[in-house]
Amino acid sequence: MSERILYRFPGGFHPEQHKNESNAKPIRRAAMPAQLVIPLKQHIGATAEAVVNVGERVLRNQRLAKADGYVSAPIHAPTSGLVRAIEEHDVPHPSGLRAACIVLEPDGLDEALQAFEPWPDFGEIAPLLLRERVREAGIVGLGGAVFPSAVKLAGTPGTAIHTVLLNGAECEPYISCDDRVMRERAEEVLRGGQILMHVVGAGKCLVGVEDNKPEAIAALRAAALKLADPRFEIVAIPTIYPSGAEKLLIHVLTGQKISRETRVTERGFLGNNVATAAAIYRAVVLGEPLTRRVVTLTGSGLNAPGNWDAPLGMLASDLIAQAGGYQPDVARLVFGGPMGGFALASDEVPLTKAANCFLVLAAPDAPVEPLPMPCIRCGKCAEGCPVELQPQQMLWDARAGDFERAEKQDSLFECIECGICSAVCPSHIPLVQYFRYAKTEIWQREREHEKSSVARDRFEFRNTRIERDKQEREAMLAQKRAQLAAQKAAEPVAAEAAVDDKQRAILDAMARAKARKEALQAEKTAASEDAAHE
Amino acid sequence: MWTAIVVFTVLALALGLLLGYAGQAFKVEGDPLADKIDALLPQTQCGQCSYPGCRPYAEAIARGEADINQCPPGGEATIKALADLLGVEAKPLSAEHGVEKPKMVAWIDEQVCIGCTLCIQACPVDAILGAPKLMHTVIVDECTGCELCVAPCPVDCIYMQPLVPTLEQWRWPSPEERLAIAEESVAGSVRMDSHQHEVAKTGRAES
Repeated sequence: MSERILYRFPGGFHPEQHKNESNAKPIRRAAMPAQLVIPLKQHIGATAEAVVNVGERVLRNQRLAKADGYVSAPIHAPTSGLVRAIEEHDVPHPSGLRAACIVLEPDGLDEALQAFEPWPDFGEIAPLLLRERVREAGIVGLGGAVFPSAVKLAGTPGTAIHTVLLNGAECEPYISCDDRVMRERAEEVLRGGQILMHVVGAGKCLVGVEDNKPEAIAALRAAALKLADPRFEIVAIPTIYPSGAEKLLIHVLTGQKISRETRVTERGFLGNNVATAAAIYRAVVLGEPLTRRVVTLTGSGLNAPGNWDAPLGMLASDLIAQAGGYQPDVARLVFGGPMGGFALASDEVPLTKAANCFLVLAAPDAPVEPLPMPCIRCGKCAEGCPVELQPQQMLWDARAGDFERAEKQDSLFECIECGICSAVCPSHIPLVQYFRYAKTEIWQREREHEKSSVARDRFEFRNTRIERDKQEREAMLAQKRAQLAAQKAAEPVAAEAAVDDKQRAILDAMARAKARKEALQAEKTAASEDAAHE
Repeated sequence: MWTAIVVFTVLALALGLLLGYAGQAFKVEGDPLADKIDALLPQTQCGQCSYPGCRPYAEAIARGEADINQCPPGGEATIKALADLLGVEAKPLSAEHGVEKPKMVAWIDEQVCIGCTLCIQACPVDAILGAPKLMHTVIVDECTGCELCVAPCPVDCIYMQPLVPTLEQWRWPSPEERLAIAEESVAGSVRMDSHQHEVAKTGRAES
């Protein structure tokens, strides 16, 4: 096998690895806890919609919530039990906000449902059906980005995928869940790679693993030999943070630089984390939805660091208790790794599809944040930046509130939030915090701007409506007034006629009376004349 | 000399005609400056600026009748944006027009509402639904928080409530806000008790 030429991305740095604490022991399977708290949003995109009712008994692999829209993912039950509640619960999020969760009380029977038909001969299944399976099984990127995998598999119309990339770099310190998955489930990972190649019609599968994981590389190479599939190439890449960022990994492996606006699928690559590939294998070949994941519990604050295969929804507190509990001087709980992760307020948060690590630090490793000093323009952040930004300039603009400049001139959104700038800053300036703040602030302003446009439209519409109503009412009044005037104009004639009628009747009556009187008179005269003649 | 005079007279006439024609042909409908100002205003339509809505205030600023610091809902950010647009010095919010408050939305206590429709008539953006003698309710997504519905309510059942952000709407606090919070909290370290959200914000994953 010819040696692949590897490339070096700009910047990067070498943090202390701390991998040995957790990567020595095999993955252990967590015992089912008394309660599972399963968030409805464990992925990028729309929150899933619950399809079970409170009080309902569900089986393992049964769908609990359905995907709401194209960019979304369903959620399945990790075991059988009763749905106790659908309510707001603490979730692992930097805000500490609560979110809707399904609370499932396992009944200990672990009765399963065959969610999907197993397809051991996936090569005979149409790619479209396989993609639908990945979607139905609720599979999302397990490297931490949790983007729905089926959406990724759809690729970019008009661009063929030539290479499937399995990302086993795991560059973040402390974390070793992918390492253990590659060592123990290498064949599942590669079979997942075969499914991915079949779905997108790629002829090559590159597996990039940092060279600090020789056992994983050996296990993958052995599995590739066993599968006798020449399309696989397992590449050991130099250990340098953040080589696991997808576009940087592509740079290392192929020398291609891909800008933020370009998706990797547009360049013919499909990237997936190794654990995602293993989950795709299980969904297709065994017909199992994604209900568990491997998570690293590590750090100086734990008695026994290690990797655990645990059901989604298991509370970190339960998991840590099973894993041997905290050291007495425990000080900080971090979700994810030390570079890209965030501190949690509580350990009562569930394991989600995004959770690759719970890092627990003891007091000496979690010092109080030193107060930031002024920037001395040393340029270390710019040297370390793997995407060639000018962090000190971005900091300046973000601090001044000049977000437009930060976005347009400094390319703020190119920032991958790797945290190197913060880590190397001699003035302890939390640069990446400024960038996260600036990004979310820009989104917030966009939302507010959108809302204000809607408010303007509604206000203007209301004004036009009121104006229109007023005009309509005036028009109606005018019409009525005209009608009245017309009636008045017609009335006098009628009155005259009425008077005439009456008078005529009176005159008639008078005439009749007169005639009658005359008749009577004539009769009387005739009678007296008769009497005179006699 | 005469040639020069003739040349310049003809030039002046020709250019004058051209300008006159352009002025007619490319005439802009409406007031572009007022449009630009209006785009910067928060569209709360609350009338706190003493004009009946954001558009009239924008027009007043464009005419030079109103000052740029009369919009409490927009606050400092709007004043700064207006100052940038108009090329004038930013100034603090005028106190007589109100104070900058966090975003609020109206909420109707439906148990108390008598269905009088007065609030519906007061709402500048049609964000209240209801009918005579039937319960009214606020469409939260459309409410601008202008508070115009609060005063007309005869039974005082409308309350202004702070807008709770969802996970999607949440934004990272700026490091300066975090430092301010850290000073208030216990030594700025993260305690692992439940629901200590404020304390959590001081945690720093990077080390």
